[in-house]
Amino acid sequence: MDNPNPPLISVRGLTKAYGTFTVLHGIDLDIAEGEVVCVIGPSGSGKSTLIRCINHLEAFAEESRVSVDGIPVQPGPGLAKVRAEVGMVFQSFNLFPHMTVLKNVMLAPMRVRKTSVEEAERRARDLLARVGISEQAEKYPGQLSGGQQQRVAIARALAMEPKVLLFDEPTSALDPEMVGEVLDVMRKLAGTGVTMVVVTHEMGFARQVADRVIFMDGGRLVEMGAPAEIFDAPREERTRSFLRAVLNH
Amino acid sequence: MNLINTFLNIPVLIDSLPQLLWGLAVTLQIGITSILLGLAGGLSLAVARLYAPKVVKLLIRGYVDIFRSIPLLVLLIVVYYALPFVGIRLSPFLSAVTALSLVSAAYTAEIFRAGIEAIPNGQFEASAALGLSNRHTMIDVILPQAIRIVIPPLTNNCINVMKDTALASVVAMPDLLKQATQAQALSANPTPLIGAALIYIALLWPMVAIVGRLEKHFSRGTR
Repeated sequence: MDNPNPPLISVRGLTKAYGTFTVLHGIDLDIAEGEVVCVIGPSGSGKSTLIRCINHLEAFAEESRVSVDGIPVQPGPGLAKVRAEVGMVFQSFNLFPHMTVLKNVMLAPMRVRKTSVEEAERRARDLLARVGISEQAEKYPGQLSGGQQQRVAIARALAMEPKVLLFDEPTSALDPEMVGEVLDVMRKLAGTGVTMVVVTHEMGFARQVADRVIFMDGGRLVEMGAPAEIFDAPREERTRSFLRAVLNH
Repeated sequence: MNLINTFLNIPVLIDSLPQLLWGLAVTLQIGITSILLGLAGGLSLAVARLYAPKVVKLLIRGYVDIFRSIPLLVLLIVVYYALPFVGIRLSPFLSAVTALSLVSAAYTAEIFRAGIEAIPNGQFEASAALGLSNRHTMIDVILPQAIRIVIPPLTNNCINVMKDTALASVVAMPDLLKQATQAQALSANPTPLIGAALIYIALLWPMVAIVGRLEKHFSRGTR
């Protein structure tokens, strides 16, 4: 069968083990262009590992197949090229502390895409405006709040015009009052048709923004479907007990 | 005052001063050349150790450990007196620079390795996720942060190299110490030696003071 819209991200038999401990048990997953997928599940379920395999920050078993836009994700000289197409936002921001906010956003386009300084700066200022931190452009990351830093990190990832954005628990390291501002930016982003894969504990966000929710447990995809299916009528007992635990407290 | 006449004889000091200053020039040449070569070599080794294949990593580790274990004087004598037996004849200057650079590169490599390892892994991951090459990750992200950490121990290493240049006098290099011992023999008075010691101190004391300042500065400035 010829699919007119091949998936943007294709994961086949993704297996990952630390020594004898298997973190991911042969995961199969397709993500379409423009789709917003939220991955939920208890800690240690392998959800972060899953998205870290998509840009090969985690090495995985050789027989596993991961591809982005048809390009295989595998170690070697082509890896940096694939990674340039896959933006990532980390739990701990990982901004470059020795550069201003503006330089943080400008660096990769200039070095990887060979964008001119003027063009990189213009685009960086645009993006900083989009995430609502134009005034902080000349400051250093250490001078910003956690929420502001995470918004810079989103701008930095967007500056590469990636085909997909991966979010690895983007609000887990934030003070509660700053979670909202980051989720707002992500919500706006989802509205613009950016493909997003979000590992999160924010069930409200997942229900509201996701096209599809994936529940993981023990290194397996237990259940996936539209937010209404997963949150209102989960089929699996493990999904039900997880949701009971996180929603009723 | 017999003691002053013996150890700080001003006429003898003035007589030997030009000779001592020549010696200082030679000492500085050996020292600065070795420091620069050691820095370049050490940085290359440290970065190579991060990215090279396993065999090369092991070789580098072997190099670093061996050249930190061998006494510099022994290495210098091997280079100058033993290598000619296999047809490698280095001038006293090259012998001294070779021995000093080899050892300095080993220490510098360790200093840079520690500096690079002190950078949080998230910085490497963020660079990788953006598609930066290893080279740009090092030049733009890691080394600018590591430099804060490595400057005090690097300066310390420079001081050690400068001090160790005095060993070059063993291979007939007319450095500051050699000139001083010759002047001492000539004038039958130890004043030139005292003069040389004072010159070494005048040269290195500021550097020692700078290290202390830098260490304080950087330990306070950590965010």
